Amino acid sequence: MRKIVKKSKVGDGVWEYELEAPLIAEASDPGQFVILRLHEKGERIPLTIADTSLEEGTITIVVQSAGKSTIELNQEYFEGEAIHDLAGPLGNPSEIEDYGTVALIGGGVGIALIYPIARALREAGNHVISIIGAQSADKLFFQDRIAEVSDEVIVTTDDGSAGREGFTSDALRDLLESENVEKSWAIGPVMMMKVCQEVAEEFDTELIVSLNTIMVDGTGMCGGCRVNINGETRFACVDGPEFPGSAVDFDLLAQRTEIYEEEEECALDEFLEGESK
Amino acid sequence: MTVREKAVPMPQQDPSERVGNFDEVPLGYEREAALQEAERCLKCDPAPCIEGCPVGIDIPKFIDRIKREDFQASINTIKESNNLPAVCGRVCPQEEQCQEVCTLGENFEPVSIGRLERYAADWEREHGTVDNTVEDSRAGKIAIVGSGPAGLTAASDLRKLGYEVTVFEQFHQPGGVLVYGIPEFRLPNEVVEREVENLKAMGVEIETNTVVGRLFTVDDLLDGNRVEKHDAVFLGTGAGLPYFLDLPGENLNGIYSANEFLTRVNLMRAFKFPEYDTPVKIGGRVATVGGGNVAMDSARTALRLGADSSMVIYRRSEAQMPARDEEIQHAKEEGIDFRLLRNPTRFKGDDGRVEKVECVEMELGEPDESGRPRPVPKGGSEFDLPVDNVIIAIGNSPHPLVPRTTDGLETSDRGTIKASSRGRTSREGIWAGGDIVTGAATVIRAMGAGKTAASDIHKWLSNGETWK
Ligand SMILES: Cc1cc2nc3c(=O)[nH]c(=O)nc-3n(C[C@H](O)[C@H](O)[C@H](O)COP(=O)(O)OP(=O)(O)OC[C@H]3O[C@@H](n4cnc5c(N)ncnc54)[C@H](O)[C@@H]3O)c2cc1C
Ligand SMILES: Cc1cc2nc3c(=O)[nH]c(=O)nc-3n(C[C@H](O)[C@H](O)[C@H](O)COP(=O)(O)OP(=O)(O)OC[C@H]3O[C@@H](n4cnc5c(N)ncnc54)[C@H](O)[C@@H]3O)c2cc1C
Ligand code: SF4
Ligand code: SF4
Ligand code: FES
Repeated sequence: MRKIVKKSKVGDGVWEYELEAPLIAEASDPGQFVILRLHEKGERIPLTIADTSLEEGTITIVVQSAGKSTIELNQEYFEGEAIHDLAGPLGNPSEIEDYGTVALIGGGVGIALIYPIARALREAGNHVISIIGAQSADKLFFQDRIAEVSDEVIVTTDDGSAGREGFTSDALRDLLESENVEKSWAIGPVMMMKVCQEVAEEFDTELIVSLNTIMVDGTGMCGGCRVNINGETRFACVDGPEFPGSAVDFDLLAQRTEIYEEEEECALDEFLEGESK
Repeated sequence: MTVREKAVPMPQQDPSERVGNFDEVPLGYEREAALQEAERCLKCDPAPCIEGCPVGIDIPKFIDRIKREDFQASINTIKESNNLPAVCGRVCPQEEQCQEVCTLGENFEPVSIGRLERYAADWEREHGTVDNTVEDSRAGKIAIVGSGPAGLTAASDLRKLGYEVTVFEQFHQPGGVLVYGIPEFRLPNEVVEREVENLKAMGVEIETNTVVGRLFTVDDLLDGNRVEKHDAVFLGTGAGLPYFLDLPGENLNGIYSANEFLTRVNLMRAFKFPEYDTPVKIGGRVATVGGGNVAMDSARTALRLGADSSMVIYRRSEAQMPARDEEIQHAKEEGIDFRLLRNPTRFKGDDGRVEKVECVEMELGEPDESGRPRPVPKGGSEFDLPVDNVIIAIGNSPHPLVPRTTDGLETSDRGTIKASSRGRTSREGIWAGGDIVTGAATVIRAMGAGKTAASDIHKWLSNGETWK
């Protein structure tokens, strides 16, 4: 059982949690994730460690309502309550070095996920430029926090309700045209990462992506998270989750996240029906 | 007195019924049947069956106690050597172990040792008293990594010796393959849960959700860095990494590793979706690739989840199938369609979902390293099998996380941890046993390794002898 020490809303359908997990807080590095299970009938869902506090002995996760489990967490779990299981840290940490100038692109919930990486890169001496994007202004969050750990922040929204109108990949293109960026990270929806990779390729610059595959165990034992990296099968949970964007077969990634579409809908419907009763 | 030539049969669920549920297939002996079967034992002295059992249960004695209807004494006898009898009585490959060398088996059917073991264990669950009191009689803390049969056995034995024991398990539920792999209809998770409860009652601590190598390392356990200091570590991390075939199209939707498929169903209980949150997508024509217990379990599980048809594709013939005979028989009774001497060559599908397995016919050639005839493809014999799902059950390799994060822990080319016959690894204070040392093997061998290591840990801690 893991206590929810703090819960707060950070954006439309996006909540932040501090969970009691002193050992995970000590052991984790930027880029790693945990797997949690809400209750005895719950599924195991992977969530990135967005922050840690050694003093409090907590880790922070930021959760976007996507389907049954994330909505259940966001709607039904409150401060002071406990979630059943939490395992981690899992996956490999981001490679943090002093590269010079780096760009971090976060789309949707990916905004929270670039935060710890941006901070570590800044601490390592990089000039950090963050590009954060969402569909509209009300879906944006973490702007202050991203600003604290970045030298420059560029905000985009699809509808232009905040920052510049357009996609994060458009902002990346403009940036790469004007600046010499050594290395970039893009974390967000598959489509966003794919397009960012295409842009990075145009400018021949290295881009790292973090792959949100479907996972079960998160420790290399099921192969459900398999992805195609340079033509070879790799497991996102133990070989990743970060990979060079140039090596990733994004179409396969997109295809594999659709496996359970019908079941996800069914689970959500059942849940919402139960709710309204 | 004449001996019954044939073993007393065990009642089982009717095949047409059982394919529609996840309840156990063999129903266990009734009292009368157990007594009759116990009657068949010749009480050999010396008893070859004891030699055949990797943990050396005093078989004639426990059978004799059944015969005398002193079931408590029977289970106590078994438990002197085996702390998971309800598990072994169900899944041990008895026919290759204790029963293979049974004297009665020279002329008749051997004594059904496994069934009798199960009877005694199940009797205890219903009627017996389990004494779980153990004193902290010895100074020493032991860490066990992995809660499969190897780890649970080592934990039990060390605890009985009076050590403080903590088991670290990465999953949310202890039991290893017994809970995430082997299906309910062969080994109900409840049986394993009960054994784990007994361990806890003895004072064994079980820390789930603890990924050793990530949360802390084996060295941290020995050094007392960030976690409590331990005097010895036993590694029972198993062979949990699925092999794939490395064929074109293998990442199409609808293709599972047996591990993923079985974990979703058994550990995460996807057979009760949407009551449980984890889904599994199986139906239509299901093809399982492989010929071991894992393949049989997968094909039979698919049927129970409502597949229209479930077939097994295996590259050799039935005689070479590594699965237990009983499992093959059960699979056949349930209507599993065996496509033998066939091997997949690619998976095809538009729209990202698998639709066909291209297979090639095989013939048996000269024996290979394993001593079995090598399967050779017949050129030009490729054909397509229409499928909706495929399950790849061609084996597992050792889990690399602990070796990778423990300096100086020697491994073989296959990735298994090197350990002596007593379980000692290349690192002082670290023992290993079970599938992580042998590669995928059996429950009882893993238990045997846990036992041997436990007694060696005790010897080492009490005598202070030098390593190696
Ligand atoms: C390494 C990793 C880190 C992640 N970090 C975060 C995070 O910090 N915050 C966050 O909100 N989400 C994160 N995710 C995604 C999160 O795990 C999924 O949103 C969640 O599992 C969906 O579960 P659900 O039951 O709510 O939705 P479901 O009903 O299962 O799915 C709803 C939608 O989400 C997609 N989906 C399902 N499972 C996953 C999955 N494992 N990953 C991505 N998409 C999925 C489905 O295709 C579907 O479109 C991460 C995923 C991975 C693999
Ligand atoms: C589907 C299936 C059917 C089988 N059927 C039979 C059968 O009928 N009869 C038979 O005798 N054998 C059978 N086997 C084989 C048998 O189950 C194994 O040989 C046996 O379980 C091995 O035991 P173990 O303790 O070595 O490892 P496992 O049972 O694999 O347990 C290892 C445990 O360690 C944990 N672990 C791994 N790494 C870490 C880490 N870094 N930190 C913490 N924990 C970790 C794992 O999560 C797991 O719980 C079957 C196997 C499968 C998969
Ligand atoms: S543990 Fe296995 S080998 Fe030993 S007596 Fe029981 S069934 Fe036979
Ligand atoms: S070998 Fe067979 S007959 Fe002899 S003691 Fe063992 S079980 Fe009984
Ligand atoms: S999630 Fe199971 S292998 Fe990666």
